[in-house]
Amino acid sequence: MKLGIAALFSAVAFAPLNAQAADISACLITKTDTNPFYVAMKNGAMQKAEELGVELKSYAGRIDGDSESQVSAIEACIADGVNGIMLTPSDTRGIVPTVKKAQDAGILVLALDTPLDPIDAADGTFATDNFAAGEAIGKWAKASLGDEAANAKIGLLNGLVSQSSVGVLRNQGFLTGFGIDLEDPNKWGDEEDSRIVGNDVSQGSEQGGRTGMENLLQIDPMINVVYAINEPAAAGAYEALKALGREGDVMVVAVDGGCPGVKNVKDGVINATAQQYPLRMASHGVEAIVEWAKNGTKPQKTEGKDFFDTGVNLVTEEPVDGLESINSEEAAGICWG
Amino acid sequence: MADREKDPLADLTTFDRGRHTLLDRFQNLVHAQPAAIPLLVLVLAIAAFGLLLGGKFFSAFALTLILQQVMIVGIVAVAQTLVILTAGIDLSVGAIMVFSSVVMGHCTFRYGIPAEVAVAIGLATGAFCGAVSGMLVSLLRLPPFIVTLGMWQIVLASNFLYSSNETIRSQDLAEHAPILQFFGESFRIGGAVFTYGVIAMVLLAAFIHFVLNKTAWGRHVYAVGDDPVAAQLAGINTRGVLISVYTVAGLICAIAGWALIGRLGSVSPTAGQFTNIESITAVVIGGTSLFGGRGSVLGSVFGALIVGVFSLGLRMLGTDPQWTYLMIGALIIIAVGFDQWARRIAG
Repeated sequence: MKLGIAALFSAVAFAPLNAQAADISACLITKTDTNPFYVAMKNGAMQKAEELGVELKSYAGRIDGDSESQVSAIEACIADGVNGIMLTPSDTRGIVPTVKKAQDAGILVLALDTPLDPIDAADGTFATDNFAAGEAIGKWAKASLGDEAANAKIGLLNGLVSQSSVGVLRNQGFLTGFGIDLEDPNKWGDEEDSRIVGNDVSQGSEQGGRTGMENLLQIDPMINVVYAINEPAAAGAYEALKALGREGDVMVVAVDGGCPGVKNVKDGVINATAQQYPLRMASHGVEAIVEWAKNGTKPQKTEGKDFFDTGVNLVTEEPVDGLESINSEEAAGICWG
Repeated sequence: MADREKDPLADLTTFDRGRHTLLDRFQNLVHAQPAAIPLLVLVLAIAAFGLLLGGKFFSAFALTLILQQVMIVGIVAVAQTLVILTAGIDLSVGAIMVFSSVVMGHCTFRYGIPAEVAVAIGLATGAFCGAVSGMLVSLLRLPPFIVTLGMWQIVLASNFLYSSNETIRSQDLAEHAPILQFFGESFRIGGAVFTYGVIAMVLLAAFIHFVLNKTAWGRHVYAVGDDPVAAQLAGINTRGVLISVYTVAGLICAIAGWALIGRLGSVSPTAGQFTNIESITAVVIGGTSLFGGRGSVLGSVFGALIVGVFSLGLRMLGTDPQWTYLMIGALIIIAVGFDQWARRIAG
């Protein structure tokens, strides 16, 4: 179904954002321009571009997973002769040959949020350490449960059936943080630990989260720990729990740190989340493109990692010993900053 | 008249062709009762998963859960059936649904309009979108596929522009506008859990079924779908029927939008992305002909339920969700095959 829709609408969303003539030009290509996460990223890029006098054009896929639109967007940027492209790849492996074409044309290609596969196919990556984000909420969940962690019944709400890298990293990070042995670290759903009740997918949306949670509760209605790939999925899961009257006694953890998600932490819908910073990814990206255009230097990586880590904060109202965290009020001030 | 028995041409002028093999009767049944086959498939599917999974699946709770899960698609499928009965198709149903829900939410929270009025504005929005499609199809004679393809994009874009991609949270709705969550409220009968949304789906399907079969307007819808030229010659206002069908479909989509808020708790502009495809799937599996003039809304609800039963059943068996899509794809092709075969009796 997705493919059909993507094929019908391979046209890309296109908007020139800065009409003034500039020496340096750049493209921002996100997965969609409807997901608030990418809206925040676009805003960050626009602000920074205006500040530095960079001409920025933004493109997006029609839906998450629409790689064709992203390929056409890169081709348009090559034709445009831009200095740099910031890309949030939908198909991390499939788009690499097109990225190579842009690099051959002398364009700096940066991956934002989602690393390419292999990660060094991009000239630089500005992203959340998704594994670390998952690990933080996993450790928090384990510490909060205390001895009960040994008897936890865990339901996992992932993103897409296609096992996108972000989803895999968050899930595996959570399991590692919780102290569950992984099988294949590049795949979710193959773990044997008896504490895992089941895995389902949510498309990262309220609708998917609700249905996915209902399915998991069908497998075992006594699930008491829910991991959700993001806060919309967690909000959907909460609705399913509420329908059973179990919203009070189930721990829900997620990753994202969006403003509505942070409010949900405050209201106790979500017990803990890991906040990431898309605006920061985009503004660093614009700066790196300016550097490249002026001096021909490529961006640095965070020490010990193969990308530039834009940071993660654990957000919860119930801090535990030995884990650094911020509360929802602090998080609301910087949500998706 | 005795000679007529021997006249081979006479067979063509009679409706009863005198063939009474079991297969012919079956074909007759499929033709006369398009909802019979999906109902049979539904019962068989429930029985099969019940045998495989036991009480976990074959319980009042699980079976009513399936109802809750297909409620949105079921309501939209009723709208889609009306359009498809006129030999049209509506690709904009999901967009109209989510836009209507966003209008309801934002009218309440942005402008401070009382939630009851906001619901009415949302319903009117849905009906308006449908009416525009209907006029383009009937007055300008544009193909429904193209009109609703365009409408899908326009409404979806309006949805994102208008909402600024903002989600209104469940807690805020519960506090300030609980009526928006009305269809999400539930009651229990033993282990069975029914939401008002599920009741709405059943009542709506029954009502539209009645209207289609017992009123002049309903018969006109079938007639226009079967042969618009003949319908016009018979004195039916085909343009009026088409406009009304699309308008009613839009209104039903808006009702689905209201129910969607109940199901999600929140108002999310990103919901319902695949509802158009899912509703067409339900209609086709439900035995309604994509070529118009034959089918039933009850069949479409059964179609939606079949998809729901397979989705939940296969998930509970622990299979990869891709198997569900594979099964649904196969069911679609089988259903269209049945339709073509059943049509031959009329040919």
